[in-house]
Amino acid sequence: MADTLTMVSPSEAELQEAFWEQVDSFPDGYRIKKCLQCGTCTGTCPVSDFMDLTPRQTVAMFRAGRIEEILRSRSIWVCASCYSCTVRCPQNIRVTDTMYALKRIAMQRRIYPRNFPVHRLSSTFLDNIYKYGRNYELGLGVKYFMRSGFTKLFKNAGYGLKLMRRERMGLLPQRIKRVRQVQAIIKKANEFGEH
Amino acid sequence: MTDYAYYPGCSLEHTGSPYDISVRAVFKQLGLGLTEIEDWNCCGATMYMSAKKIVGYAISARNLALAQDMGMDICAPCSSCYTILKKTNRHIAWDPQEREKINAALSAAELRYDHMVTVRHPLDIIVNDFGLEALKEAVTNPLTGIKVAPYYGCQIVRPHGYFDDVDEPVTMDQLFEALGAEVVHYPPKVRCCGGMLMTTDEEIGLRLCNGLLQAAADNDAEMIATACPLCQINLEGYQDKINARYGQKFNIPILYFTHLVGLALGLKEKELGMDRLLIPVRSAKLRGEVANV
Repeated sequence: MADTLTMVSPSEAELQEAFWEQVDSFPDGYRIKKCLQCGTCTGTCPVSDFMDLTPRQTVAMFRAGRIEEILRSRSIWVCASCYSCTVRCPQNIRVTDTMYALKRIAMQRRIYPRNFPVHRLSSTFLDNIYKYGRNYELGLGVKYFMRSGFTKLFKNAGYGLKLMRRERMGLLPQRIKRVRQVQAIIKKANEFGEH
Repeated sequence: MTDYAYYPGCSLEHTGSPYDISVRAVFKQLGLGLTEIEDWNCCGATMYMSAKKIVGYAISARNLALAQDMGMDICAPCSSCYTILKKTNRHIAWDPQEREKINAALSAAELRYDHMVTVRHPLDIIVNDFGLEALKEAVTNPLTGIKVAPYYGCQIVRPHGYFDDVDEPVTMDQLFEALGAEVVHYPPKVRCCGGMLMTTDEEIGLRLCNGLLQAAADNDAEMIATACPLCQINLEGYQDKINARYGQKFNIPILYFTHLVGLALGLKEKELGMDRLLIPVRSAKLRGEVANV
């Protein structure tokens, strides 16, 4: 008789495999197996009430073999990476690092929640680093808002101007001298698998 | 005196420039040397963690490799850079294979990172290297009567709490007390400001920051002092939006902790980049207009 837990679709099986590879790629990642479902992570999370799946539920969903549902939820992109869950987990599970692992799986396979283009901020940021070696805040904001909702650009213009008047917003990107070094490092590191 | 390899990070070049100016001024005043790492690059922030962490660690390690040749500890004021650089060290120490991959990537730029460079936060350096007793002696303008809420944010104490407790940090409290200020009870001292959520999902960011400002007001703080450029800009730059959204009347100055150190050492607002703050401090004492009250 087949074990119902192992009856997953081929795409889900591939996602699970990718997930296990990811949690093996950082210190103590494997400890997710020790989850007690106590809910301390959700209780301590400052944004769990904005999530469609709470951190505790995310772990439960993973165990139920429903990774694609996790990736379609907003939760992993709502996580602000504050590490509260990580320091309070009684089982020392690296919850925040696990959220990052799920984000990587999502970005590599382009599986995202609807109408919540947070991942575009990451990709816009990465473009900046490749081009200039440093983040270009004005360009990041403008490009992200253009890609995620044009009206936001106008809503945030006042904020940008306020900072410009105090010399706190650079108009032009500054490229570092040896940006080619950074580009060579990125190219080479990209050859090393999916982690 | 001790010298440090300075890693300002991208935020400190622009939105966080009042932090950069004040860190440099305070270190100079205390006789602590800062030599900027030449041609440093972005640490990768949280963004590379979401895409491909080996790439993030590799570009982060370029900065560590550059600092390694300077033979000093790194001073990284941005909490996010601080955590990322520390995480990079931890990752490299954790797995020799990962270290080799990172070095293989660095070799594309003719660099190699072998000797662990210690990454420090200026709060840690001022309190633990320079020391509170020495600092008390250096204070010329004690901040008597100034009520300040110490806001640590997330990334200088979590995930590993390298120099303070992850839940109940006290370094900043002790620092401000040494400067003569009154540290108010501030329960959300390590509560998240929302970070990049202010850009990606403003509603969440506004609510979190509203709570942080409310707690400061409830405890009669006349200002909040931070140690992170993202916390600072979220609380300061969005305060008018928070007022509009939640019907508040906040007008709370959001300073960097280095501003208070600098003022107590007798430096002027402009020398500390405080003229760039969006919400000016009102206290005449803090503005250096009243001497030795």
